[in-house]
Amino acid sequence: MEKLSTEQLQNICSQVRRDILRMVHGVNSGHPGASLGCTEFFVALYFHQMAHNNAFQMDGVGEDLFFLSNGHISPVWYSVLARSGYFSTEELATFRKINSRLQGHPATHEKLPGIRIASGSLGQGLSVAIGAALAKKINGDDHTVYVLMGDGEQQEGQIWEAAMAAPHHKVDNLIATIDLNRQQIDGPTEKIMNLLDLKAKWEAFGWQVIETKDGNDMAAVIAGLEKAKSLLGNGKPVLNLLHTEMGYGVDFMVGTHKWHGVAPNDEQLASALGQLEETLGDY
Amino acid sequence: MEKTLDLKFTYTEKKDTRSGFGDGFLEVGRKNPNVVGLCADLIGSLKMGAFQKEFPDRFFQVGIAEANMMGIAAGMTIGGKIPYTGTFANFSTGRVYDQIRQSIAYSDKNVKICASHAGLTLGEDGATHQILEDVGMMKMLPHMTVINPCDYNQTKAATIAIADHQGPVYLRFGRPNWPIFTPADQKFEIGKAWKMIDGKDVTIFATGHLVWEAVVAEAMLREEGISAEVINIHTIKPLDTEAVLESLAKTGCAVSAEEHQYNGGLGDSIAQTLSRFHPAPMEFIGVDDSFGESGTPTQLLEKYGLNAANIVKAAKKAIARK
Repeated sequence: MEKLSTEQLQNICSQVRRDILRMVHGVNSGHPGASLGCTEFFVALYFHQMAHNNAFQMDGVGEDLFFLSNGHISPVWYSVLARSGYFSTEELATFRKINSRLQGHPATHEKLPGIRIASGSLGQGLSVAIGAALAKKINGDDHTVYVLMGDGEQQEGQIWEAAMAAPHHKVDNLIATIDLNRQQIDGPTEKIMNLLDLKAKWEAFGWQVIETKDGNDMAAVIAGLEKAKSLLGNGKPVLNLLHTEMGYGVDFMVGTHKWHGVAPNDEQLASALGQLEETLGDY
Repeated sequence: MEKTLDLKFTYTEKKDTRSGFGDGFLEVGRKNPNVVGLCADLIGSLKMGAFQKEFPDRFFQVGIAEANMMGIAAGMTIGGKIPYTGTFANFSTGRVYDQIRQSIAYSDKNVKICASHAGLTLGEDGATHQILEDVGMMKMLPHMTVINPCDYNQTKAATIAIADHQGPVYLRFGRPNWPIFTPADQKFEIGKAWKMIDGKDVTIFATGHLVWEAVVAEAMLREEGISAEVINIHTIKPLDTEAVLESLAKTGCAVSAEEHQYNGGLGDSIAQTLSRFHPAPMEFIGVDDSFGESGTPTQLLEKYGLNAANIVKAAKKAIARK
């Protein structure tokens, strides 16, 4: 398949952001802030980087896999899964509603294509990704496993158990990304529980660390993912520090923790949608 | 006392149930190439060393990091593997409840959580390690199957059988040497209770190490002219309610016997079944809302009332309440 241009990918981002806002507005709940901040990353992964099969197979043999550890940013994932063909975009309208496959936090229970494990309780996704990556090695499957974590999530102890284990077991088919937006529910990470130098910490645990300085610039995100991929296969896992702005793309939402888990009202939605072109057609 | 009794099941050898697990694990590893092992720094205690030696590429030491172990195991199922995790029962459940709940049970992953040193019979290490709440925690989780075999042979058979069961399993076993009184060639059917001894006055529903105590209690009751039915409930969830009710229809009263708290244990499940479908007098042998302590297994079972003599008392009480 021919790769999409940066401009085409940016157009998809605009639509995904519209989806995110309309989904959380439609049910008056959900997490728009970091969903908007990670939009370039998700679009780059699913429309450019990963070799994935949208005829969904749970065991994912022979394809790249993605796991979302910070499950609360489900809106961006659901939108990108739908927009890349895993299920119909109309289903996005059911987000967080009764009898929906689009649970508030991702779940396999409802058999939504694209989801391989539940997440929401933080800190668990990296361990799962390590397991999936080890299974690929046993199976002789040379595809890559991706996982996204939040930065606030770095406060969970299990992350560091997993951080220790991956280099020990030479899990070098794994790219873990941290969404470094420096915000969490109660405020800036610096005030809530200072993460200090994450690069030095992950390096000390034996990871190859790269930084994507502008995680809301499509070209930079792609360059970061390609750099990460080039470092695989040498006995060490890769960590991608992805600097993003929470709420990116909407002027009154950007750069604050206040939209972490709050839906826009009617007026706010109209204002936000006015800033985002409808490129692929709203669901 | 046992020597003079006319026991319906006897033994010539004692062995730990964890060795049944270790030997079963090696055997199932040979049979099924998808079986993999993970252990949190307790390979010797869990008897996983033989598997590790024969299948080093399918075995992962994860260090003292149980939460990570559960997550890795869940992830490995996504590549079609059947992971067996090994640590003590305490660290297999309470310590990692949230990881099991989200990444294994809710996600319906094919992980076999293999838990040794369960209950009081862990002995001298004391209450920090003697978990008596694990069955309750695990049986409350939707999708989870909970198995507590009674001796070396049954544990080995169960360890092999769970590989063919699709879905998460909690397999509970223990540390002490214990009579081997069930056959080596037994067929282990998940969810199927085993009526070991027919009786008509009272039914003893027992699980784990206390199945042996129930066998001894049956002989003691028989000497006094009381006919007890002994049912081996190796699978606590799903409970074989049909077998429970069929027996109760005949005997009219019940005793549960387990190395666990009353709360959340086998007795709890039996009582729910009785109260819903066949109300009948029932007595409980188990630990009554207490932690354990250091001591030998025999001393602890006696002090906490988890032996044959106490099953006999409970059986008489249940009969008297009919």
